[in-house]
Amino acid sequence: METVPKPGSNVPPKKDRLQAKKKKPRRYWEQETTGTAAGASPGPPRKRKRNRELRPQKPKKNDTSKKFRISKKPRELKSPGHQRSLSGAQDPFAGPAPVSVEVVQKYCRIDKSKEVPHPKTKTRSRLVAAEAQEEETSVRAARSELLLAEKPGFLEGEDGEDTAKIRQADIVEAVDIASAAKHFDLNLRQFGPYRLNYSSTGRHLAFGGRRGHVAALDWVTKKLMCEINVMEAVRDVRFLHSEALLAVAQNRWLHIYDNQGIELHCVRRCDRVTRLEFLPFHFLLVTASETGFLTYLDVSVGKIVAALNARAGRLSVMTQNPYNAVIHLGHSNGTVSLWSPAMKEPLAKILCHRGGVRAVAVDPTGTHMATSGLDHQLKLFDLRGTFQPLSARTLPQGAGHLAFSQRGLLAAGMGDVVNIWAGQGKASLPSLEQPYLTHRLSGHVHGLQFCPYEDVLGVGHSGGITSMLVPGSAEPNFDGLESNPYRSRKQRQEWEVKALLEKVPAELICLDPRALAEVDVVSLEQAKKERAERLGYDPDATAPFQPKPKQKGRSSTASLVKRKRKVMDQEHRDKVRQSLEQQPQKQEKAKPTRARPSALDRFVR
Amino acid sequence: MCWLRRSLRRRKMKVKMLSRNPDHYVRETKLDLHRVPRNYDPTLHPFEVPREYIRALNATKLERVFAKPFLASLDGHRDGVNCLAKNPKSLATVLSGACDGEAMYTGIDHHWKEAVFATCGQQVDIWDEQRTNPICSMTWGFDSISSVKFNPIETFLLGSCASDRNIVLYDMRQATPLKKVILDMRTNTICWNPMEAFIFTAANEDYNLYTFDMRALDTPVMVHMDHVSAVLDVDYSPTGREFVSASFDKSIRIFPVDKSRSREVYHTKRMQHVICVRWTADSKYIMCGSDEMNIRLWKANASEKLGVLTSREKAATDYNQKLKEKFQYHPHIKRISRHRHLPKSIYSQIQEQRIMKEARRR
Repeated sequence: METVPKPGSNVPPKKDRLQAKKKKPRRYWEQETTGTAAGASPGPPRKRKRNRELRPQKPKKNDTSKKFRISKKPRELKSPGHQRSLSGAQDPFAGPAPVSVEVVQKYCRIDKSKEVPHPKTKTRSRLVAAEAQEEETSVRAARSELLLAEKPGFLEGEDGEDTAKIRQADIVEAVDIASAAKHFDLNLRQFGPYRLNYSSTGRHLAFGGRRGHVAALDWVTKKLMCEINVMEAVRDVRFLHSEALLAVAQNRWLHIYDNQGIELHCVRRCDRVTRLEFLPFHFLLVTASETGFLTYLDVSVGKIVAALNARAGRLSVMTQNPYNAVIHLGHSNGTVSLWSPAMKEPLAKILCHRGGVRAVAVDPTGTHMATSGLDHQLKLFDLRGTFQPLSARTLPQGAGHLAFSQRGLLAAGMGDVVNIWAGQGKASLPSLEQPYLTHRLSGHVHGLQFCPYEDVLGVGHSGGITSMLVPGSAEPNFDGLESNPYRSRKQRQEWEVKALLEKVPAELICLDPRALAEVDVVSLEQAKKERAERLGYDPDATAPFQPKPKQKGRSSTASLVKRKRKVMDQEHRDKVRQSLEQQPQKQEKAKPTRARPSALDRFVR
Repeated sequence: MCWLRRSLRRRKMKVKMLSRNPDHYVRETKLDLHRVPRNYDPTLHPFEVPREYIRALNATKLERVFAKPFLASLDGHRDGVNCLAKNPKSLATVLSGACDGEAMYTGIDHHWKEAVFATCGQQVDIWDEQRTNPICSMTWGFDSISSVKFNPIETFLLGSCASDRNIVLYDMRQATPLKKVILDMRTNTICWNPMEAFIFTAANEDYNLYTFDMRALDTPVMVHMDHVSAVLDVDYSPTGREFVSASFDKSIRIFPVDKSRSREVYHTKRMQHVICVRWTADSKYIMCGSDEMNIRLWKANASEKLGVLTSREKAATDYNQKLKEKFQYHPHIKRISRHRHLPKSIYSQIQEQRIMKEARRR
């Protein structure tokens, strides 16, 4: 590029001086060329050398200095091992923090196996840009795991000893006092076998006995919130979105209570409910009843969103899939059916057992389903992809209750014994060979749930409530914006408002919760065709001609019929003309397929 | 014996339970912030996509709720406002000219850098501020020229619009016209893109705006169709990504440069035929002068909050903007974000013109 020549630089500078002084001035943060010790301070800058080095800076703007820049030695690249701080010390962990590939994989959301067929160039370029951005983001998210403060618990026997033999009393002795306080037994024999439920933060516990005893408490501080007797049989108890509201499935109807024990609602449309489930992100309370109906009640507006007839008799086995909010029902013919409020028919039916299904549980990531049946089998199924059994085990006694923990441990209640199986890592399949822990209770198990962010398993049985210690079952690091066990009242109120604002409508429940983020692949014509096939007729077709009613006697029946006939005849004629036009085209297409005419064609019949 | 049995039974096992210290999770005093530990593991955040979709839906609805672009109406003129001029060096100064008084020159524009300005009437004259005679005169064709504009980047280039439906580009250094393009109907004004030196947009009488690339004038880069009457004025945003057009149909529309449909339309019952429009140099406001003697000031982004935003507000606005972009093609969200109220005259004109276009197509 042409530059304006500066006045006064007409005299070419002496080349020898430039060549000798081509070194740039040494800065105190750069490498020492002279042999000084690593920890020594660099000392005062040597002034004389700097003056001499500074002077030839002026004519550097001249073109002639370019030659020298090229002929100079290439500057040493600062290798990461040689970075020094102001004090001269070296950074022993130089460079960005390393992350392992599995951790980065956990944060990747784009399913690279799904290909968009025939993408346009714009779509393809956008997808490529999105993939590149996702790589960068997942590495950063993986690196943020360094900031997680807590580590999960563990239990290892000495010299490869069987951990199943370790009793709860031994664990309580060996563990710190705060954790030991988490193990307690409530002996409540008077009011029948108990079912229990932990709130979503894991801080509050609600339980209900068969003879009507309902209570809610903060089980960590042992502070009782309310304790009432509803004077009716209680079949199931659930917290709604927070610890402020409680749903109790009583003998006749469904009742909703405050955490102070005040009855707020009696929902008469949900009668003879056996099991309750709450879908937290949709604010839906799901009830399974003896009448065979599955009812979805929206607790934020108080309306029944869907009442589905499962057509399988009495429903008594129900659980939710926390990953996609699909309800799993277990039936007496050995099948498990998957339900969504948007569809009248089940999304899928899986044949699991030879006899009836007694219990179903789904792990929090939605990958595995555990079922147990009257045939004394305990099976693990794969839910993402093929619905095939992954492993199975015969139990001496059928498991009536199953529960998964946040880190993938499986608990089964068989009679008055609870067995817990664990896998290798966090979200791995539990291995059913050897149980991790066992415990015998003072009564038959009626309810099982792992506490969300604590290493505790709550068991409701006919003798009351037991809280068992299960090291390594819970997620150690919670996210404060999702569910914070240490939240204050103000924080809970703010969280509730935000959760209500982003409440997902019930129509969006389907097997793949990420369906909204996929590229729309089906073309418009194909969608129209499918719709016409499904409905049996084409809804976009023009409505049949209705003659407009006219005045002055022109709309008598005879004239209406005449007008209709005229339009029908016209349409018929148009259709015939069209088909006649298409026929010679078809004939023309058919002609070239024939072979060349031969003399023997006249003998062909 | 029981103590012996107990000591035999005591196991040496390695056990650790998850045990949190509440002091690390609860704030110390009421004056502190709450502690919010974060874990970005996707298993702790289920239903990401549906929740973000609902947030995007809410953001789009709120954007429509807060879309109040009209700021002020400045009166004082005694005749219809014919032209507006912005001072390139000062944000606050704007000149406006009304129709009272005879006009010798139908168009006038100042050079971006030098003390030179151009006028047009029968021909394009370039004047020096100190001289009384024009430096040079250029003409191509026999009809009168209605407007002239200097290119802000290649400052020696001029563009002009003439009554015989052409747009002519001139070079001031060589004092000759360069190129010419003839359209179907007359162009009222052109405006150069302040970011791309070779792009200009022409506001035409046939209700459309044409964006041309100066290097290839045979076909327009984009045709912008949304007005229902003649487009009288056009001005670019300083970002070079959007422009605003004023039309005889009593509305002003904001178009993105790469799209053929407008993203926003501003109208008021009191605003009659809009003659001139300008986008302020901070790209936040739009001024339009109409023939009922008022200059109106509008916001360029209708639902933007003006003034200094706190960092939380900025973060929330950015998040909502990104959400709206991510889900913009979903049918419900698209329907809500496209919805604009139009005066009955414009709405019925749109329906009529659509029917006419369909008929012509068949």
